[in-house]
Amino acid sequence: MRAVARVVVPILLALGVSGLVLLALGKNPLAYYSDVLSRGLLTWGGLQATITRMAPLLLIAAGLVVSFQAGIWNLGTDGQFLLAGVITAALTPVLVGIVPWSIAIILSLIVAFAVGAAWSLIPAFLKASYGINEIITSLMMSFLGTSLANVLVKISFRDPSTDVPQTQVLPVADRLPRLFGTTVHSGILIAIAAVVLVHVVMTRTAFGLKLRMVGANPRAAAHAGLNVAKLTFATFALSAGLAGLAGAVEILGVQGTVRADWNPAYGLLVVPLVFLARFHALGVIGFTVFFAVLMIGGESASRRLGVPQHFVLLLVGMLLLFLALVDYLDHRRRLMRASL
Amino acid sequence: MNALLTEVFLSTLIFGAVTAGIPLLLAGLGEQISEKAGILNIGIEGMMLAGSYAGFVVAYAWDSFAFGFVAGGLAGMAVASLMALFCVRLSLNQIVVGIALTLSAEGLTALLHFFQFSRTYPRLPKAPVLAIPGLDNIAVIGPGLFRHNAIVYLAVLLVAVVAWLFRKTYIGLNLEAAGNKPAALDAAGIDVLATRTGAVLTTGVLAGLGGAYMAEVGAGLFVPYMTNGAGFIAIVLAMLARGRPLWVLLGALLFGVSLSLTTALQVAGVDIPTDVVQMLPFAMVILVLVIFGRNSMLPPALGLPYIRGER
Repeated sequence: MRAVARVVVPILLALGVSGLVLLALGKNPLAYYSDVLSRGLLTWGGLQATITRMAPLLLIAAGLVVSFQAGIWNLGTDGQFLLAGVITAALTPVLVGIVPWSIAIILSLIVAFAVGAAWSLIPAFLKASYGINEIITSLMMSFLGTSLANVLVKISFRDPSTDVPQTQVLPVADRLPRLFGTTVHSGILIAIAAVVLVHVVMTRTAFGLKLRMVGANPRAAAHAGLNVAKLTFATFALSAGLAGLAGAVEILGVQGTVRADWNPAYGLLVVPLVFLARFHALGVIGFTVFFAVLMIGGESASRRLGVPQHFVLLLVGMLLLFLALVDYLDHRRRLMRASL
Repeated sequence: MNALLTEVFLSTLIFGAVTAGIPLLLAGLGEQISEKAGILNIGIEGMMLAGSYAGFVVAYAWDSFAFGFVAGGLAGMAVASLMALFCVRLSLNQIVVGIALTLSAEGLTALLHFFQFSRTYPRLPKAPVLAIPGLDNIAVIGPGLFRHNAIVYLAVLLVAVVAWLFRKTYIGLNLEAAGNKPAALDAAGIDVLATRTGAVLTTGVLAGLGGAYMAEVGAGLFVPYMTNGAGFIAIVLAMLARGRPLWVLLGALLFGVSLSLTTALQVAGVDIPTDVVQMLPFAMVILVLVIFGRNSMLPPALGLPYIRGER
């Protein structure tokens, strides 16, 4: 009951306060929210779009679960996602011409994972060697990666046969197959498998226990003989690799190409989601549904009601704030009761 | 290569470096004050953005740059007061609250901008310039360094003030204690929470001013997400400056140069894709961190809430 309240209350508060902002701007918040709900979840097309959107979100979230449980703040997922996406978009159309389709896809996914992981090497090194705060360094790498991705699209991997700066389009037949005659592609299966795998690794293996020890108390972990520097690298590689995989899945499943200046910026939005789930891998799935509905429904509402997507950012920020606040109040109430 | 060394290129570069560096300087000084007191202020990006928006709106509506700067500072302080409430008073996680404030400020300012200006996209007139007589006509550096808005000179002056504050006053000592050993400050009878609150609010004002400068003087208009990571660069500056304000100034100018290189190169007729140039400041941050990261230093109690009696 308490656990439910600790999740539901912040969500309601965030919806309420953001709704007041809408009201102040002369929009009807109830109309907006019901439009988001019906377009994001209750129509067949919306539901399919929502499930499709869940794939990249889940993969990023799975990566953040690993890093947050290990006490590492990898906030550079946007750069990792985008770079891996661009590399995938450039590589896969070439690969499918050389090797069989299934091998091409598997190779692309492996490369995407490696690209994401490689982009986290510097923050991992700075954290492990000099103790420099990884929030800043991973964010810097993210800005750098976003620009580099653009450079790659416009200069290195540009498809000469079109006027728009974009990579060569992967034919629809070569993309990730769709499931059961819907528009949902099979990337969602990869994403769910990744989430389950992360859950098993973090809760059932010695490696996961080591990561969680570092997260709980790095000094104690070093005392216990763990190689904290090595685990820091491993955490970053896993977390960034999963973000890279998210980029690949989005390209192979939905986009088929990367256009210049394309940046969906899922990264910071997923952070509050992982907090809502209290870093619990399986818990992430439910909240990803909620976030995907918000995004898909919000996109539709922005066209129909003239409320731009920026609103979702405000809503998510408020959500994170109220989450922290409700946690604090809950914690204090428990302390009060304990001291009585 | 000769084309690069012409006078017009150099003075454009210097002028642009100062214009791009001043917001970083203001925010970096602010972040330094926060960090000294033990608060890692990740929300500074949101504070800058709030300052940009408020500064632009007020300067546009009242036709006064000065009012705009005041509004920018106040808006930054308003966001900072939330940070102070949540992180200092209620001891919530500084990183979570910082991200939350940045996201909210990004969303809210972009939303407000959409409803007010998305059809008109108004611009401000050129900001008033205070030329320093005698110095502004020196070849090459004169126009670049001494023909700026008055707030630029104030910001540079502020470096000296903050340095003096840190070294020679009790305020500086208290801030340092709040970040190094808050319990000792508490034992000496100084209110740790008040010291930290003051530091966070000051950061907000400075970051807001920096943001307002970006919108009013730098760009002449407000664009959603226009700070584009400047707040985070300011955090790096504060981190590398190890508590010395003068280093923040030097760092801010260095990053200002890399930010202004695009315009200066265009003036010189060199065609480099903007995306390549946009990578420069961030590549430089990373490079500087890899080379000098060993020497960065942060107070021991940074990021930790102070709860009296807790061990």
